[in-house]
Amino acid sequence: MTGKTAIVGNGDGIMVFKAAGVATFPVEDEKKAEDTVRKIAKDYQIIFITEDLAKNLRDFLKRFDEEAYPVIVSIPNSVGSEGYGMNVLKTAMERALGVDILFNN
Amino acid sequence: MARLNVNPTRMELKKLKGRLATATRGHKLLKDKSDEMIRRFTIILRETKSLREEVEQRLAEILKQFSVARSLTSPFEMETAFAMPSAKVELTCETESIMGVDVPKITVNDKKKTNALPYAFAEITGEADYSVAQATELLPVMIRLAQKEKAVRMLAEEIERNKRRVNALEYVMIPQLEETIKYIKDKLAENERASVVRLMKVKANG
Repeated sequence: MTGKTAIVGNGDGIMVFKAAGVATFPVEDEKKAEDTVRKIAKDYQIIFITEDLAKNLRDFLKRFDEEAYPVIVSIPNSVGSEGYGMNVLKTAMERALGVDILFNN
Repeated sequence: MARLNVNPTRMELKKLKGRLATATRGHKLLKDKSDEMIRRFTIILRETKSLREEVEQRLAEILKQFSVARSLTSPFEMETAFAMPSAKVELTCETESIMGVDVPKITVNDKKKTNALPYAFAEITGEADYSVAQATELLPVMIRLAQKEKAVRMLAEEIERNKRRVNALEYVMIPQLEETIKYIKDKLAENERASVVRLMKVKANG
């Protein structure tokens, strides 16, 4: 199966990925992002979503973890990373292992 | 621990013994599965962490660079320059089974080396070229991160589910069965003693 990538985010920062061959979906707020993701989830196998949107859509995005595809991953936006992506990893680690083996805090 | 609500008969005892054997075996198997899943999970988790660090750092740089480029060009020009993507990412999406969990497996097909920029050099500042080139380079790493991170999340879920199963067997099922078996054994022994005593009494009276 061939896959396609998409990126959902706010601002123009995501435009740079358009040149790299990623479909871009600029959105203004979480509500729009949620609608967009829902719409494109069937067509795109990998969806990048900017952190500021992802952190407010946590519960919604969790639903996609049941199946292998689509893969939805947060990426930092132009403001920089707030550590949301790491936080996702940390939560997964705590749930699975119950101890902190990576972050040591 | 509450015992099961069954009749204290030999039939039931035999049935329960069978169930206990199955439960114990299942418990052992699930525990082994859990151990192996955790081992794999730890490996992938470490990989994901270093990938994420790399992506976040590089992406921050790219976006900074790009915002410089954006500030040097009018939004309209920028829009037109990027309106037509020239590159195309080709992916092959498959699934791979890690301990019975289907996780995504994505391979980036080698794309043809075409002119990577969607615009003419004269159109836009050099910062844009640089950030586009960087973004193109980073994309495979990001895709790898996506794949790993998904695997981490799916495995975490499965490990948790499995742990619940192991615990249910270890702390509920097995003790319950053991207690019920003991109860039936006691009851049967009691019945036996009662009948012996009854016989002795009948004989003494007669």
